[in-house]
Amino acid sequence: MSSTAMKPLHFKPLNGVRIVVWSTFALVLLLLPVLARSNFAVTLLCLTGIAAIACMSYNMLLGQAGMLSFGHAVYTGLGAFVAIHVMNKIGGGWPIPMWLIPLVAGFAGLGFGALLGFVTTRKAGTPFSMITLGVGELVFAAALMFPEFFGGEAGINSNRTAGTGWLHSLGLNFGGQIQVYYLIAIYLFVCTAAMYAFTQTPLGRIANAVRDNAERAEFVGYDTRWVRYLIVMASSFFAGIAGGLTAINFEAATADLVHGTRSGGYLLFTFLGGVGFFFGPIIGAVLLIFSLVVLSELTKAWQLYVGIVFLIMVVFAPGGISSLLMLNLRRVKYGEWRKMRWPYAGMVFFGLIALWGFAAIVEMAYQVQVAAGSGSVVTVARIPMDASQLTSWLIAAVVLLFGGICFEIWRRKFNKVWSEGEERIAEAIKKAEAAIV
Amino acid sequence: MEFFTISLLNGVSYGLLLFMLSAGLTLIFSMMGVLNFAHASFYMLGAYFAFQISEWTNFWVAFVVAPVLVALIGGAFERTVLRKTHKFGHVAELLVTFGLSFVILELVQLVWGRTPVEYKVPAALDGSLFKLFNSTFPTYRAFMMVVAIGMLASLFLVLKKTRIGLVIQAALTHPDTTEALGHNVPRVFALVFAGGCGLAALAGVIGGNAFITEPGMAQAVGAIIFVVVVVGGMGSLGGALIASLLIGVMQTFSVGLDWSFIGGLQSLGVDVTPETFGYPVWKLKLSQVAPILPYLLLVVMLVVRPKGIMGTRDE
Repeated sequence: MSSTAMKPLHFKPLNGVRIVVWSTFALVLLLLPVLARSNFAVTLLCLTGIAAIACMSYNMLLGQAGMLSFGHAVYTGLGAFVAIHVMNKIGGGWPIPMWLIPLVAGFAGLGFGALLGFVTTRKAGTPFSMITLGVGELVFAAALMFPEFFGGEAGINSNRTAGTGWLHSLGLNFGGQIQVYYLIAIYLFVCTAAMYAFTQTPLGRIANAVRDNAERAEFVGYDTRWVRYLIVMASSFFAGIAGGLTAINFEAATADLVHGTRSGGYLLFTFLGGVGFFFGPIIGAVLLIFSLVVLSELTKAWQLYVGIVFLIMVVFAPGGISSLLMLNLRRVKYGEWRKMRWPYAGMVFFGLIALWGFAAIVEMAYQVQVAAGSGSVVTVARIPMDASQLTSWLIAAVVLLFGGICFEIWRRKFNKVWSEGEERIAEAIKKAEAAIV
Repeated sequence: MEFFTISLLNGVSYGLLLFMLSAGLTLIFSMMGVLNFAHASFYMLGAYFAFQISEWTNFWVAFVVAPVLVALIGGAFERTVLRKTHKFGHVAELLVTFGLSFVILELVQLVWGRTPVEYKVPAALDGSLFKLFNSTFPTYRAFMMVVAIGMLASLFLVLKKTRIGLVIQAALTHPDTTEALGHNVPRVFALVFAGGCGLAALAGVIGGNAFITEPGMAQAVGAIIFVVVVVGGMGSLGGALIASLLIGVMQTFSVGLDWSFIGGLQSLGVDVTPETFGYPVWKLKLSQVAPILPYLLLVVMLVVRPKGIMGTRDE
């Protein structure tokens, strides 16, 4: 997805840009809770950090090796369950420090990846997707079947402050949420670095080759099945770490941690963030937690909106948000962005109008269908709409139609300006290359 | 004997229903390389449409109209959305149907609510057909089997004996050549997609009232029909039929049997107590593990014969 310009390969793991990027990342992780200032915000940051590890580990499959898995929650969930049992053992006197729990869960994830991945990676492409779905269902059904390990409906609880050690004597017993945040932040930083380093290894590169053309990779002499298997194991190791952090964060694990809905969520938001760039899944994780916690508070129909946004993205921007970001950055670089201002403004303006009309219809329908007991009036962006009046439905429909038509007109205009700019950029790149030669 | 016969009949009728679902899925897959993740959602849509239409008119109108409506929706989706993602490859196509399943589920909840709807078996088909020993066999089950077999036969005839069937078969294996001969292959694709969705909807029409019509019904069968398609062999209709019947019969029998490892071991003279290693596994009854049997079959199949029962390719 990212176009790689032809240039000689020099292996310089520590160059200026990287040092700046990674130290900024570390600084942001360090300072975020200071800026957040409220407990709720710190909780959100914790969830986002965990989700970022999970989504990045998912992108090792989807983005790096082109394996669309419907069962990634199996590895995060099983990691969480192993973590919770080991945490309880720590309470019973095992001499493992609590901060190592995510690593233990990571190795558990690796183990389950080795076990289940052996079956799922027997096929590539679409059959692989179907099999991961089946294995996901298998694990969820099994979770309800063995209450001894999975705790049945209620799940299993634990206590993260258990255990002793030199960290405890310093007062770091993970009692407060902020301590958990910094644990998550450290793991997030290390895992991000490790996963990025992994993309640069020969195995990571071969995974790209298998994704782009499995047949050629096979001809070159690589066993593609073995490559898929190794990638699944590596990915489930990091997924397990995310699961272990979940266990510490919630001090509980329930069977829905391995459910297919969760796997679907990883897929959906990793894709929305963008699979073509390494940082895409981090954007996806932010969106995931935003939708799960904030959007679901605002509206009961949040899953419908997420689903529609997802559909639109797959059709019009299959590279996700990160690719949109990079494309626009390229415009800025070539001085083409200024021409896009008005088309963008028009699209956003009419898009919001159409969105309001659509949201009004959906919210009124939900009010009638699901929450009829609480009256017929819903507020859509501060404007009260009475679902029992025919006129409010008509108004919403007219607004949707008007906004939609204007949006389409502006979109065509935008497309024209966009492709003209694209041509000019292509020309500029060609010229620059000619100058080098 | 009584248990055996009734279970066999129930299993076969359930298996035939699964086949109605997986037939469309397999056809679409082998032709377009698209795994329609939303296939079970079209099944659900069929059931809900049938419920709504039979509320307004009667079951027989719904029986005809609902599948046609769903087929139209499927065809429209193929033309407007799916075709656009074709250039991005199979992953994008799979993702777009995944997104669609999400949206359909939410829309169904938006229109009909989150609780099951009362989609009943029509009075003419209610009651029992015959009595076997002490159990009765419901008329509706027999009706389901007749519809499924009728559909099977007509599908076979259309594919093998008609002109359009020949074109479909040609487009299945040699799309470029078929196009060169002057056939509109994209339109054939849209037709197959619509037809597959219609078949799924027909399964929903007759399955929705036999089982239960609720927002969770798509997810309940969705994973199972994927298992059917993989176990039967990707793209093989005959394999899908065998796998559907196998899974249908297997599930129906297992929910009625209380066998467990403990019973088996005890009859061999081995005593198993709660202290024995792995007791949680040994004590499970067959009826308890019934939900995971199809997936276990999938795993065993992949280890033993990765190409499936009737599959031709290994990858």
